[in-house]
Amino acid sequence: MLKARHKRFILIGIGLALIGLAAMLILNAFQSNMVFFYTPSQVAKGEVPHNTGFRIGGLVEMGSIKRGDDGLTVHFVITDTAHTVPVEYKGVLPDLFKEGKGVVAQGSVGADGLFVASEVLAKHDENYMPPEAAAALKSAQEQSKTLVMPK
Amino acid sequence: MIPEIGHFSLILALLVALTLGSFPIIGAARGNTVWMGLAKPLSALQFALIAFSFLCLAYAFAAKDYSVVYVANNSNSQLPLQFRIAAVWGGHEGSLLLWALILSVWTLAVSLFSKHIPDAMRARILGVMGLISVGFLLFMLMVSNPFDRLMPAALDGKDLNPLLQDPGMIFHPPMLYMGYVGFSVAFAFSIAALLGGQLDAAWARWSRPWTIIAWVFLTVGIMAGSNWAYYELGWGGWWFWDAVENASFMPWLVGTALIHSLAVTEKRGSFKAWTVLLAICAFSLSLLGTFLVRSGVLTSVHAFATDPRRGVFILAFLVVVIGGSLLLFAWRASTVGRGGKFDVVSRESFLLANNVLLAVAALSVLLGTLYPLFLDALNLGKISVGPPYFDAVFAPLMAPAVFLMGVGPIARWKDAALPELFVRLRWALAISAITAIVLPLLLGNLTPMIGLGLFLAFWVFASSAELVYQRLRKSEGGLLAGIAASSRSWWGMVIAHLGIAVFVLGVTVVKGFESEIAVKMHPGDVAHLAGYDFRFDGVESRNGPNYTANHGQIHVSKNGVLRTVLEPEKRLYTVTNMPMSEAGISPHLIHDLYASLGEPLDGGAWSVRIYHKPMVEWIWFGCLMMAFGGLLAMSDKRYRLNKQAKSVATGQGQRA
Repeated sequence: MLKARHKRFILIGIGLALIGLAAMLILNAFQSNMVFFYTPSQVAKGEVPHNTGFRIGGLVEMGSIKRGDDGLTVHFVITDTAHTVPVEYKGVLPDLFKEGKGVVAQGSVGADGLFVASEVLAKHDENYMPPEAAAALKSAQEQSKTLVMPK
Repeated sequence: MIPEIGHFSLILALLVALTLGSFPIIGAARGNTVWMGLAKPLSALQFALIAFSFLCLAYAFAAKDYSVVYVANNSNSQLPLQFRIAAVWGGHEGSLLLWALILSVWTLAVSLFSKHIPDAMRARILGVMGLISVGFLLFMLMVSNPFDRLMPAALDGKDLNPLLQDPGMIFHPPMLYMGYVGFSVAFAFSIAALLGGQLDAAWARWSRPWTIIAWVFLTVGIMAGSNWAYYELGWGGWWFWDAVENASFMPWLVGTALIHSLAVTEKRGSFKAWTVLLAICAFSLSLLGTFLVRSGVLTSVHAFATDPRRGVFILAFLVVVIGGSLLLFAWRASTVGRGGKFDVVSRESFLLANNVLLAVAALSVLLGTLYPLFLDALNLGKISVGPPYFDAVFAPLMAPAVFLMGVGPIARWKDAALPELFVRLRWALAISAITAIVLPLLLGNLTPMIGLGLFLAFWVFASSAELVYQRLRKSEGGLLAGIAASSRSWWGMVIAHLGIAVFVLGVTVVKGFESEIAVKMHPGDVAHLAGYDFRFDGVESRNGPNYTANHGQIHVSKNGVLRTVLEPEKRLYTVTNMPMSEAGISPHLIHDLYASLGEPLDGGAWSVRIYHKPMVEWIWFGCLMMAFGGLLAMSDKRYRLNKQAKSVATGQGQRA
């Protein structure tokens, strides 16, 4: 029979091994499921990944929403006032999706520059701007300031 | 005038809370019985003052007093009365007041149902709860006063967010807060134990029913929220791993670990320090959750910059409560004593494994919720981790925990033998393994996840059946006598575990077999899904009290026989000019049929989403079973007051 002390060691050893395994699992899952956010300006400069999905945010450009004949495929343009990204989405849009309002879309960009969205995020407040969309607009404004006032 | 009286009442409540948080605790340290005796009347007074203040705010809402900023921001003259009342907790300030009110309710409850607890212990418990109350009342009075006036008064209110104008708003937040705040009792018990250096089986027996009832409220609250999201958001989802949901789920995971750890502390005297640590963590996560949801940090980390006082106060409060209690733990944990020894294979070690798994799961949710916020706050980029991360983490963490649910209750305390366990559980193992393979094959979709889910669900069913059978077989005198021979807490455990199995079954089937379509439909068009024909009959205008609506009708038939009519609605709330979908759902034990309207297209056509959700109701039914199991367990006779008076005498002797 094992001594009590040895049993205790076994217990602690198994515990530590399992916790290590769990930590590995969590960090690995975290790493592979992180979705990064980019602004339309960053998309225009080609700073975005081409093989994985990401999120973009900004405003839906006025007059840019065009519906396909099936009524479900929608084309629109996301702008941060400096640059624009054309987006295609197939499905029913969230209640608060409107021209001139903030939007965040998740998907990937193809070689033709078209952003194919798998998800258009719904936020339920008329005055609420998705934080990512607000950040995109702000950074575009700051960029334009530095362009206007060169030192 | 009424709002000022409410405000004044809140200030008085702060003074009472300060007294409650100081004199009884000092009295307990010095053995001053008069000071300790203050705790009970002060608890009652605090409740009366906060309840009065709450009624004043509710009155301001009911009476449409738009000279109060908070009322003007969260209500409107067209809003029906029940939602005007629920709007009291529709925003930041009011929900903090609800929090403080519920804390005072729990404080009062502890003061009333603690005759059997030694004076010093009770004084410390109520004192600690008073201190928490001080924090919340100070916060409200300093930086988020619900009674602030608006000069000049608004003509009408900005209206409650239409998303919240639902019966769910009336029940879900109070239930959830009863759970969140209920963990303050377990927290206070733990701090009192650390202060007093007394932590024995009697202590565990006193704090267990309080912890279980808080857990029951939290379970029902989360379940109500999930069900609300399911029918209100119109996307057919029942859990989104959204930060707000995670905020309530983390305390639930740790709370679940806590009630299991408390069981060991009561029965075997082990896991004492761990139990105390879990109680501290459960309440800390409740606090964190409240602030995550209510501080606006999720909307924008940088929103703190617009009103830094709130952010600074919140962080300071969290640091004081969490840091302070962990420091106290580090300093005093050694005084609570060690428990009995146990073997590598024993019920204790199975419960320990369950605890570790639940704690790690809570940590993984914490990581996924907070890490993106940290990155954002430090301007290191914006990332999000969505459902794929949580799905990837949760299945491997929870599968062994659910498997252990079959083993743990059958294993002996202290020293169990694996071969014996295997013999007792071999039939359960065989039945669940066969079901996991045969059932999906019959239904025509066998994937590893479906197989695993079904295996776990049937494993818990079968092993629980084995457990119950062995119990009943041993007892003499018929079935009823056999049922009565086992304690209510034991039956509560069995039912709660079966609830998990029902839940797992629901999740597995809905994830594995659900189907959906999104189509453009003209009136008269028929769509087909899961063997059903959905005929869209167009929409008609209907007006509600504060909205206009397009009310759709979808006739659902199978093989030409009409089964049900779904009535999805698209509302436009006139005050906020905000569109809202109301799903049309036909709930059923076997499956839900679910439709929601998208947007109007040309020629009277609409985009329509239709879902077939097999066994989705089982998810919430499972949660209700868990809650019922909890209620049964806490009504066990060994927790009842008159019985406890005797056991205290023996409990005192076991001081560690």
